[in-house]
Amino acid sequence: MKNNIFIYIAIMTAVTYGIRVIPLTLIRKPITSRFIKSFLYYVPYVTLAVMTFPAIMDATQSPIAGLVALILGIVAAWLGAGLLPVSVICCLTVFLLEWFLV
Amino acid sequence: MNNKTSFVQGFKHGIPIGLGYFAVAFSLGVAAKNAGLNAFQGFLASILNNASAGEYAGFTVIAANASYFEMAIIILITNARYLLMSCALSQHLPPSLSLGHRMLIGHFVTDEIFGITIARPGTLNPYYTYGAAIFASPAWAIGTALGIMAGNLLPGRMVSALSVALFGMFLAVFIPPCKHNPVIAGCVILSFSLSYLMQQMGKWYPFFASMSAGTKTILLTVLISAVAAYLFPVPDTEA
Repeated sequence: MKNNIFIYIAIMTAVTYGIRVIPLTLIRKPITSRFIKSFLYYVPYVTLAVMTFPAIMDATQSPIAGLVALILGIVAAWLGAGLLPVSVICCLTVFLLEWFLV
Repeated sequence: MNNKTSFVQGFKHGIPIGLGYFAVAFSLGVAAKNAGLNAFQGFLASILNNASAGEYAGFTVIAANASYFEMAIIILITNARYLLMSCALSQHLPPSLSLGHRMLIGHFVTDEIFGITIARPGTLNPYYTYGAAIFASPAWAIGTALGIMAGNLLPGRMVSALSVALFGMFLAVFIPPCKHNPVIAGCVILSFSLSYLMQQMGKWYPFFASMSAGTKTILLTVLISAVAAYLFPVPDTEA
């Protein structure tokens, strides 16, 4: 049986909103646990990295194009390119390579 | 600075953010369409969530028809960083700021809007946030809806190319800190390696193959972040 997409969206919204608003409204003092602060500090980087690879190779028609886009994207971000330029570089890489690979 | 000046300044700073959101949201729309969402559902999810990685993870849950409980846990994990950002932001609000303003600002704590608001000198005027969000947030939602609608009009190679835009945005978030922080760089390398290993394990062990992508993300995020926090606690000035 397929679950209801609107219920999924409602759950996404409630959890996301709670995460954002609870600290702003309830927590008036800074978190003191060094472990929890450090854990929360590393979470965004680790989550994004785990979600990026190897998933980027499955997102494209040719896994090689996805891998090359990943490498060029890393180089561009390392050299200081912003959100939009890095995205465009990844897209162009896949678009051009798949002329030959697919 | 009065409310109007703050709003106008926020609006100006929000324009490049909105343009970036629009392009990335379009590729998010392709993922949403693959998960079975229509344009209205994609618009709704984006206007209510304002979260790239969180929504992407949510759409993978919908695509897998996983449980509602799994959805809640995955959103909690992928958006956990907003908890930290909101904690930091709470220290920049005027103590007298009303509950209503706090509840509205909270909706717009995204990586980019948090980035520009936390950089404001002194305490934050909430109208700065509203100015930034009034263009950026609809651009995000409309981009998602258009991605769902136009995704199937585009040739396969075009969709293939656009589907990596979101990953490009992720790279732009987690690669730059690696230059100055070897612990983050180590976390990223470990994340890539274990994530790949887990996927390969699925070929030999049905146990790993049966785990959803979201569950793997949760397990690896908690494991790697906890180990890093234990071995390399962040100095108080940075966290």
